[in-house]
Amino acid sequence: MTTSWFTSPDDAARRLEAAGYLTDDATALTAYLAGALEKPLLVEGPAGVGKTELAKAVARSTGAELVRLQCYEGLDEARALYEWNYKKQLLRIQASGADQAWSETHDDIFTEEFLLTRPLLSAIRRDEPTVLLVDEVDKTDVEVEGLLLEVLSDFQVTIPEMGTVSATRRPFVVLTSNASRELSEAVKRRCLFLHLDYPDAERERAIVTSQVPDIDHRVAVQLVDVVVRLRELELKKAPSIAESVDWARTLVALQVGDLDEETVARTLGVVLKHASDQRRAVKELKLLAAR
Amino acid sequence: MTLLDTHIGFVEALRSAGLSVSLAEGLDAISALERVHWHDRETVRAAYAATLVKRQPQRVTFDAVFDIYYPRLVGGGVAGDDVAPTEGVPDTGAQLQRLREALAEALASGDQQAMQDLAVEAVARFGAMPGRGPGLSSWSAYTSLQRVSPAELMDRLVQGLLAQGLDEERAQRDAGRRIGEFTRMVEGDARRRIAEEKGPEHVAAVTVRPTIDRLDFTAARRSDLEEMRREIYPLARRLAARLTKEQHARRRGPLDVRRTVRASIATGGVPLTTHHRPRRPHRTELVVLCDVSGSVASFAQFTLMLVFALREAFGGVRAFTFVDDVVEVTDTFAPGADVAEVMEQLSASISHAARFGRTNYGRALTRFAEEHPDAIGPRSSLLVLGDGRSNYSDLALPVLADLAGRARHAWWLNPEHPRHWGTGDSAADQYGAVVPMVECRNLTQLGEFVHEIV
Repeated sequence: MTTSWFTSPDDAARRLEAAGYLTDDATALTAYLAGALEKPLLVEGPAGVGKTELAKAVARSTGAELVRLQCYEGLDEARALYEWNYKKQLLRIQASGADQAWSETHDDIFTEEFLLTRPLLSAIRRDEPTVLLVDEVDKTDVEVEGLLLEVLSDFQVTIPEMGTVSATRRPFVVLTSNASRELSEAVKRRCLFLHLDYPDAERERAIVTSQVPDIDHRVAVQLVDVVVRLRELELKKAPSIAESVDWARTLVALQVGDLDEETVARTLGVVLKHASDQRRAVKELKLLAAR
Repeated sequence: MTLLDTHIGFVEALRSAGLSVSLAEGLDAISALERVHWHDRETVRAAYAATLVKRQPQRVTFDAVFDIYYPRLVGGGVAGDDVAPTEGVPDTGAQLQRLREALAEALASGDQQAMQDLAVEAVARFGAMPGRGPGLSSWSAYTSLQRVSPAELMDRLVQGLLAQGLDEERAQRDAGRRIGEFTRMVEGDARRRIAEEKGPEHVAAVTVRPTIDRLDFTAARRSDLEEMRREIYPLARRLAARLTKEQHARRRGPLDVRRTVRASIATGGVPLTTHHRPRRPHRTELVVLCDVSGSVASFAQFTLMLVFALREAFGGVRAFTFVDDVVEVTDTFAPGADVAEVMEQLSASISHAARFGRTNYGRALTRFAEEHPDAIGPRSSLLVLGDGRSNYSDLALPVLADLAGRARHAWWLNPEHPRHWGTGDSAADQYGAVVPMVECRNLTQLGEFVHEIV
């Protein structure tokens, strides 16, 4: 069972690449370790560097199904783990009539039939290989973290009326976080940690060309060049990979054959989402034009 | 040392450097190492990093400690082998000339491996500090860098890069980055040699710098300051997220009897759900008065940036800077303004805030009270930033007491360690008796304080 994910870091890198996700060495190694040690993987990094995409790529490359739990403020047990279908239970009680003893009915209404499974429980109960993605875990309240602890360390869920449900097959768990809140030590201790950062120019070029195959090679080189320069400026939000890819798509759609300064200035809105960032970038580009 | 000893020593060193590595994580690291090949040092590093480092700012510290415990090579390595002491004097003019030529070439081509080899050789050749006995000799990155002086190669490197078809600005930037890289390599290699000589525990305890959020403002280098500046916005965002959450938790105010009774009619007069009045958020108006003289300028800038990044949490913010005269800088922080521009304008305002250029708290406080008597009112809080080092001048304590008395709250943030308060020309003790003085030496403490006052 341990070998069902990846057999080695190289294997991980190769298969993720085949699934359309270009990794660096550390990412491939950590993905391999997460599978081999059966530990959850906590991925942190700026928005748009491919944290969620990593989980999807793992699912694609291993033929597993992706179960996703999107976290938000106010997420609770009923929406993350399980819930009793109380309307159906009510119907069942009304339908049973007077001829059935209460104790029988009571046993009856707390069974599988009346259980609504939510992402965490369904990921654990699946027999097929599963990738469980807990997205933006930093958006939840602290209480939900406590809920995650049992799931993450023992891969089991305790339902008071039914007993403990253990995983027959441990899912590959990926948690993503934007670090808007510090996660508790207890959660971090149970996870492997991976920080995804902006890639180097070469890898970014490879990513852009693999995502947007239509783009001209020369334009791709110029595009990555500009994006790398933009990241060096002090911006509120530096452009990430997702934005470079968007920009590449835009340029293809506009049929741009050469990324000159005018085109950059016109399409800057695709990569920079703050007015002050745009002003700053334009200022730097003007400097360039003056020479 | 066995492998296990090294591992345990490594984990201990990480703990003493401020990373909280639990026993379970250490075990995780070992089981992770069992699953990977050890022929590549970077693989081992990545396996350790995945299991032990759970916070990105700690990564720098981790890398430094890792390099000490799992060194790249032992002794001079291949590149430094011919620098054996049998050769007599290894440090000759001819050798220096040759090394600098090779370095210029490596820098021009950006060849990492060659740069690393040259760094090793530079330390081996020029950084040795012979001691009187075994264990007393040492290695110095400073001496090596002084001799090789890579910065002098800057112009040549820029010319070379220009010839490669880069524009001037980029050539300058690339050259600066490569030379910085080489400097770091030399520093790293000197640490490695010292660790070999004196044992890794010694080096880890002495040379590893604290993580950026725990680094003292006053001890920060230029590069650290830039990094801190990048940290300000994420810090503000985290604080804002925390504040909203806490406000949500406290949103339920006193019972709204009227609405509760009305709602209870639907359930036959039984108040099943209670309704509450929303709590009115209390917003303070903040007046920041900060010392921007050389010694504490960076601290004042960080605090101002953080306060203004969180401006929506306050009712209003006014900022004044002073050296020996007071100047208002509130307008500099327009919403959505560019960080770099704000910094430039701030530094420009320093020249307005100085008359004679020597810090004079008494004078500055008096001028503030005279010129902006309307700034402080019963709804506003006063925040003074500075080290309280007033060049033995008049302190104007009554003026400050009057200001603090008129304000709702008053605090004084001091970037110095409390043990330095009141030493030399520091008037921190006298001022501390008038307004509560808070120690604020790094980003973590700053974040905590700002969170408190909001």
